[in-house]
Amino acid sequence: MAAVREPLAPLDVARIRADFPVLSRRIHGHPLAYLDNAASAQQPTAVIDAVADYARCHHANVHRGVHTLSQEATALYEGAREKVRRFVNGASPAEIIFVRGTTEAINLVAQSHGRARLAPGDEIVVSELEHHSNIVPWQLLAAQTGARLRVAPIDRRGVVDFDAYRRLLGPRTRIVALAHVSNALGTVLPLPDFIGPARERGITTVIDGAQAVPHLPVDVQALGCDFYAFSAHKMYGPTGIGVLYAREAVLAAMPPWQGGGDMILTVSFQGSTWNHLPHRFEAGTPNVGGAVGLGAAIDYLERMGRARVAAHEQDLLEHATARLTTIDGLTVVGTAPVKSSLVSFAIEGVHPHDLGTVLDARGIAVRTGHHCAMPVMEFFGVPATTRASFALYNTREEVDVLHDGLVDAIRMLR
Amino acid sequence: MDLNDLYRDVIVDHNRSPRNRGRLPQASRHAQGDNPLCGDRLRLDVDLDGDVVRDLRFEGSGCAISTASASLMSEAVKGRTRTEVAALFDAVHAMLTGGGGDAARLGKLAALAGVAEFPARVKCASLCWHTLNAALAGSAQPVTTE
Repeated sequence: MAAVREPLAPLDVARIRADFPVLSRRIHGHPLAYLDNAASAQQPTAVIDAVADYARCHHANVHRGVHTLSQEATALYEGAREKVRRFVNGASPAEIIFVRGTTEAINLVAQSHGRARLAPGDEIVVSELEHHSNIVPWQLLAAQTGARLRVAPIDRRGVVDFDAYRRLLGPRTRIVALAHVSNALGTVLPLPDFIGPARERGITTVIDGAQAVPHLPVDVQALGCDFYAFSAHKMYGPTGIGVLYAREAVLAAMPPWQGGGDMILTVSFQGSTWNHLPHRFEAGTPNVGGAVGLGAAIDYLERMGRARVAAHEQDLLEHATARLTTIDGLTVVGTAPVKSSLVSFAIEGVHPHDLGTVLDARGIAVRTGHHCAMPVMEFFGVPATTRASFALYNTREEVDVLHDGLVDAIRMLR
Repeated sequence: MDLNDLYRDVIVDHNRSPRNRGRLPQASRHAQGDNPLCGDRLRLDVDLDGDVVRDLRFEGSGCAISTASASLMSEAVKGRTRTEVAALFDAVHAMLTGGGGDAARLGKLAALAGVAEFPARVKCASLCWHTLNAALAGSAQPVTTE
């Protein structure tokens, strides 16, 4: 983890809320209480303006033209890459690959690194709390290579069983793929513990950081992982842009994934040569506006202070856990000792989808369903849960509005 | 948008105490309906006597709308011919998608009219009807409204 030295004065949440235009909306006559941040967070004006300013004044294709706009677009795009490198403490911008999002990042690793590395009988280890995007790409890879997918179990709190995980690491284990933070349960994995034994055995480590980067400082060099993936839209940036961090030594040995423009140095019908890193893995015209928006989101998050944001969100988590557990018949799903700022729950006799509709009528946005983590739902024996997930702009009052909405829904439906 | 229009007393009642819940092992027709995105699962057993739905039972897990809709449907189609069930399906479909529907034909099923105001919930109310169609058609494939 990066050392964070900043004054821990509380966040000025009223001022922060004014930075997010959508938060002033009313939904069905009620002020919006947006508690679906783990699905996608809202964007501040700084991000919206940065994307619009790029489109309005600087748009052109990158890495191609000698004309002014192309140079400006290239500078903005590569400037965003440098911001990302600093944000996660990568060693070099060559290690930062822009992708569509976490899902594409993991697919890239599976199809390039994974296909080159795996042989029949080799093993890939994931945990039971993974999002589908950190399960299905490995299932596809296993089917293509004859490798086996093995699963480290969780306990009733939603904590990954470390001893069972360590026992799974064997002579055939080639890849370990783990979520930094669980989207369905909020569990924060003690990543250094999990990465250490994999590194000692020369196993590739792939971290799904989609739910971590908005909430925790991430230092990929300190973690020592080979890959770390995340999406901009969960950290106040636009959709359609994300990042794959890849350790340069690993990346340099990987075959190209998608072919096309920008990823080559020369092309002839006798054969082609590949561009330098990171461009070798960015075929085609990239999402320049998205990268600019991600850069602006990083600036915004850092301006707010990572430690202050984390403290505020942990306060919301404590308040929400305390308030919601007073509700008769409510069970929190995911009670790990170290959690990100979300509460997933089931209420006896009331289905999550009915809750979702009743809460929406009061302007409260929550996620209901399986959260793209069907194995987690199966483990806890529920078809779906309701999930309230918090961001830096949420307030204790919104948690109270949620509590009252749930009490009302129960009165109406149970 | 009025929640009371969606969760009418009849709906809440049928969700709390669903009618015709259970299995009919001797039934001639069975079908499975799943909405995997929301986790709704419905199993339907239909005892078909010639052209007439003599009896039916459902079981599964779902939201109040899908449970109440299956319960109301089970009452509405019992003793009906396949042709009558098909006409009811059309009337329900029209009602759920905002087309009104034939109120006289719908009877108690009209309690589901409020669903039309909540587009995200139409598939909850219609899952049982599509499952019934599959059962009557003798289809072995699970159906979905997603």
